[in-house]
Amino acid sequence: MLPDAEDEEKWLAEGIAGIQHNAFYMHRALDSNDLKDALRYSVQMLSELRTSLLSPHKYYELYMRAFDELRKVEMFFREETARGTISVIELYELVQHAGNILPRLYLLCTVGSVYIKSKEAPAKDVLKDLVEMCRGIQHPIRGLFLRSYLCQISRDKLPDIGSEYEGDANTVNDAIEFVLQNFTEMNKLWVRMQHQGLTREKDKREKERSQVRDLVGKNLHVLSQIEGVDFDIYKETVLPRVLEQVVNCKDDLAQHYLMDCIIQVFPDEYHLQTLETLLSAFPQLQPTVDIKTVLSQLMERLSNYAASSTEVLPEFLQVEAFAKLSNAIGKVIEAQVDMPIVGAITLYVSLLTFTLRVHPDRLDYVDQVLGACVKKLSGKAKLDDSKATKQLIALLSAPLEKYNDIVTALKLPNYPRVMDHLDNGTKKVMAVVIIQSIMKNASNISTADKVEALFELIKGLIKDMDGSQDDEIDEEDFKEEQNSVARLIHMLHNDDPEEMLKLVRHLQAQDGDVIGEEVSATPKKIFQILHQTIEELLSVPSPELALRLYLQCAEAANDCDLEPVAYEFFTQAFVLYEEEVADSKAQVTAIHLIIGTLQRMNVFGVENRDTLTHKATGYSAKLLKKPDQCRAVYACSHLFWVDEQDGIKDGERVLLCLKRALRIANAAQQMANATRGSSGPVILFIEILNKYIYFFEKGNPQITSSVLQGLIELIKTEMQSDSTSDPSADAFLASTLRYIQFQKQKGGVMGEKYEPIKV
Amino acid sequence: MNYIIGAFKPPCTISITFADGKTRKKASVKKDNGQTAMVPLFESKENIVGEVIIEPMHGKKVEHNGVKIELLGQIELYFDRGNFYDFTSLVRELDIPGDLYERKTYPFEFSTVEMPYESYNGINVRLRYILKVTINRNYVSNIVEYQEFCVRNYTPLPTINNSIKMEVGIEDCLHIEFEYSKSKYHLKDVIIGKIYFLLVRIKIKNMELEIRRRESTGSGPNTYVETETLAKFELMDGAPVRGESIPTRLFLSPYELTPTYRNINNKFSVKYYLNLVLVDEEDRRYFKQQEVTIYRLQEES
Repeated sequence: MLPDAEDEEKWLAEGIAGIQHNAFYMHRALDSNDLKDALRYSVQMLSELRTSLLSPHKYYELYMRAFDELRKVEMFFREETARGTISVIELYELVQHAGNILPRLYLLCTVGSVYIKSKEAPAKDVLKDLVEMCRGIQHPIRGLFLRSYLCQISRDKLPDIGSEYEGDANTVNDAIEFVLQNFTEMNKLWVRMQHQGLTREKDKREKERSQVRDLVGKNLHVLSQIEGVDFDIYKETVLPRVLEQVVNCKDDLAQHYLMDCIIQVFPDEYHLQTLETLLSAFPQLQPTVDIKTVLSQLMERLSNYAASSTEVLPEFLQVEAFAKLSNAIGKVIEAQVDMPIVGAITLYVSLLTFTLRVHPDRLDYVDQVLGACVKKLSGKAKLDDSKATKQLIALLSAPLEKYNDIVTALKLPNYPRVMDHLDNGTKKVMAVVIIQSIMKNASNISTADKVEALFELIKGLIKDMDGSQDDEIDEEDFKEEQNSVARLIHMLHNDDPEEMLKLVRHLQAQDGDVIGEEVSATPKKIFQILHQTIEELLSVPSPELALRLYLQCAEAANDCDLEPVAYEFFTQAFVLYEEEVADSKAQVTAIHLIIGTLQRMNVFGVENRDTLTHKATGYSAKLLKKPDQCRAVYACSHLFWVDEQDGIKDGERVLLCLKRALRIANAAQQMANATRGSSGPVILFIEILNKYIYFFEKGNPQITSSVLQGLIELIKTEMQSDSTSDPSADAFLASTLRYIQFQKQKGGVMGEKYEPIKV
Repeated sequence: MNYIIGAFKPPCTISITFADGKTRKKASVKKDNGQTAMVPLFESKENIVGEVIIEPMHGKKVEHNGVKIELLGQIELYFDRGNFYDFTSLVRELDIPGDLYERKTYPFEFSTVEMPYESYNGINVRLRYILKVTINRNYVSNIVEYQEFCVRNYTPLPTINNSIKMEVGIEDCLHIEFEYSKSKYHLKDVIIGKIYFLLVRIKIKNMELEIRRRESTGSGPNTYVETETLAKFELMDGAPVRGESIPTRLFLSPYELTPTYRNINNKFSVKYYLNLVLVDEEDRRYFKQQEVTIYRLQEES
C-alpha cells in the first residue's frame, strides 16, 4: 500500500503537533527548573520521531523541529549541571532510564555534548560510548537521523589538534576513529534502506535514498575538516578505512556517491599521492556503478590541480599519475564486463583530456590512450551506438583541439586505428573535422610520411568504403567534402623540391595505388607528373581547366628552357581545344589564353613557333562569331611582334593580321547590314585602330601614318553613315583621336611621327 | 459518658521507641490499609534496643498478669490469611504481674538478633518483623501493641560472578547470541551486555529487555506463582542484519527490585529473570528468559 501524499502530510502535521504540544510543557518545566518533568516531556516529544510513516523528506522536517527543541534542552542541561543541581555524570545516567530507545539516545547524545564540554570525562570516552550506543537504532531512517544528530553535536567537540578537547588521552586518532565509525554505521543503514520494502518500489526508494545521502556524506566532510588529518593519517587510516567501507557495502548508489564525495572533500594533493590506493578501489565496485563519471571527475580535478601551479607538475611525474590512471581504467573495464562500450570510451576520453592537460608534451601517453581504446574496440563490429560514436569523436577531436596542429596527431600511430572503428558516415565527418582543423591552423604538412598518415585518416573521403555504398549521398555534402580535400593540397608544402616531389607522389598514389620507382626531382620528371595529373582532369571531364593548366605548364617549361616539353604541352592544349572545347564562348576564352601564352614563349625555335602561331591564327579565324574572329585575329598580331630585346619583330605579318582583322570587321559590318538593316559594330574598327597605333608607336615599318590616316577616315565615314550612333563607340573614337592629338602636341620623336596625321 | 467510652477503650497507651530512633535509617513499608509508613531499618545481628512506655489512662488502674515484649519474624501467606508463620520469636518479660497506676518505662534489648530474612511485601506473601508488647490480663482481653520494623541484609560482592552467555535461535530463522556481563547484580547495578545477530531471516521490529519477578508461594499442589514484569526496556529499534551487535545498558536503580529470595523458610521464593524479547513485524514475540541473581550490596558510606 502506497501512502499517498495527503496521508503523509497529515501524519507529518500530527507529528509536528505532538512535538509542539510536548515542547510546550517541556518549556514550562525548563523555566521552572523541573528536571524530572523536563525529561518526561522531552522523552514524549522525541517519541514523535519514532514514526515509520514518513518519507525521509518529511521525516527531516519533523527532525528539524525536534532538533531545535533539543538545543534548548542542551542549554538547560548545561545550566543545571553548572548550578550543581545534578552532576553531569548523574544526568548521563538519568536520561538512560528512558524505556524507549530513540528518545533515550537523543537525550543521551544531548547530555553527552554537555558531558564533553564539562571535561569531566575524556571526550574520547564519551564519543565512543555515544557512537556505540547508537547501534541500538537499526531502523535506517531513524538511525540515519539519530547519527546525523550525533555528528552534528559532536562536530565542535572532537579532540582535534588545536582543539580544547585534545590532549592527555584524547588524540586526534580518537576523533578520526569516532567519525569513521559513525560513517560506517550510517552507510550501512543507508545501504539497508535499499533492501527494505517492496521490490516494485525500487525507484521510489532510490529517490528517497538520494534525499538522505548527504547525511552520510557529512561524515566525510567532517573528516576532511579535522585539522589533525594530515597526509600520513589520511593515507594510512582515513582513506583505507573509508574505501574498505565503500567497497564492502556492495551498493551501487552508495559507491557512486561516496567515491564522488571522497574526491570532492579531500584535497587534490592527497588524491595525487594516494592515487594507487584510491584507484585500486574502482575495479572492486559494483558493475552498475557509474564509474566513468566519478573517474572523470577525479581526472578533471587532478588536471585542474596540475593547471593551478607549475610546481605541482613534478609530483604528477613522480607518482606516475598517468600510468596509474591508465592502469586503473584498464582494470575497471576489465572488471566490469557488462559496461557498455560507450562507458569505456568515455573513460578513455577523460583520461585523454587529463593527459592533454597535464602532460601535453607526452605524445606517447596520448597514443597509449588511443591504443588502449583500440584494443578495447578490436574484435567488435563498427560502432552503431550513437552515444559511443559521439564519445569516439570527442576522443579523436581532443588532441586536435589541444595541439591545434594535425601534425602532432599524425605522429600518433593509433589515431587512424581508432578512426577505423567509426562507421563510414562518422568517419567522413571526422575527416572533415581534421581537415578543418588543418585549415584553421594553417598547419603545414611537410613530409611524405605525414601525408601518408593524413590520407590514411581521411581516406573515408577519398575512397568509397568497401561494400557500404550509401545510396543517399547528398550531392551538396559530397561536394563540400571533396572541396575540403582539395583545399588540403595547399597545406602540403616543402621547400625542398625532392621532398615536395615525394609529397606529390604520395598524393598520386592515393588514387591509383601506383607508386613508381623513387626518382629525383628533375624538372623533366616534375613536368611528367604534372602532365599525368592534368590528364586526370580529362576524365572528369574538365577540359577548360586542363587547358589552362597545360598552358601554365608550358610557360613553366619555357622558364626552364625545355623546348620539347613546352611544345608538348602546347600540343596538348591545342588537342584539347580541338577535341574538347566545343562551346563557342569557351573557345574564345581558350584561344585568347593560347595566344597570350604563346606570345610570352621564347623557348621555341622558328619552326616550332611557326607551327604554333599558324595554328593559333588559324583557330582564331575559325571562331564562330565575326567579332570574336576579328578580335582573336588582331590579338594574333602580337604573336609576330614581341616587344623585347630579342623578340621576333615581323612587321609584315603583323600588318597581314591587322588587315585580315579589318576584312573580318568589314564582313561583320556587312552581315549586320544584311540581317538587321543597321550598320555593324564600328567599335571593331576603333579597336583595330588602336592596335595600329600600338604597332605604329613600336616602330613597325609597315604601319605608316598614311595607313593610320586612311583608317581614321574610314571609321569616320562609317560613323557618319551609321544612323544609330553608339555612344560608347563615339567616346572610344574620341579618346583615341584625343590621344593622337596629344602625341602631336607633345612633340618630340613621337610628335613628329604623328605629325602627318590629320584628325 | 466518659466512663462508658472508657470501658471500651484500652485503659492505657503503649508506645514502643527505639534507642537510636532519631538517627536510624528508615524504610517505607506498605501497611495493611495500603498506606506507606516509615519504619526503622535493621539488619541481621543488630542489637534492637529501646523502651516501652505504658501510660494508663488518667486515673485508671491497669491490672495485669505480666508485661512482655516479643520480637517476631512472620511470614504471612495471603491465600492462608490470618495464619502467620513465626520463624523467629524472642520474648522479654518486662514486668511481673501487678497493677499499673502511672506511666512506666521499660527498657528492652534484643542483642544480636538473627534475622536471616528480609522484610518483603509481595503479591501473595508478606514477610515482616514486628515488636509486640502484650499486657496480659485476666478476664479481659490482653492489651497488645505492635511496632513494625524493616530488615535488610547486605551481601558482600560475590567472589564468583560469571557472565551469562548463550546462543539461542530458531533453526534457519533467527540465531542470536547474547551476553550479560554478570549473573549477579546488586540493586543499583547496571546490566551491560551485547546481543549479536548471527542469522536474521525474520523481519524484526524491535527488541526489548524485560525484568521479571517470579514469586512462588506454598509448596506441592498448593504452589502459587505470580510473575510481574517490572521493566520493559527497549534495546533496539528496527531490523538488524546478520553480524550486527547491539549494546545493552540497563540501569536497575529506577526499578523497585528486591534481592533474590530462595526458598524462604520453605514458604516462598522470589526470583528475577531477564527476558530478551524480539518482536517481528507481525507482532510475534520471540524470547529467551534467563535468571539473574539480585543482591543487596552494602552501600559505602
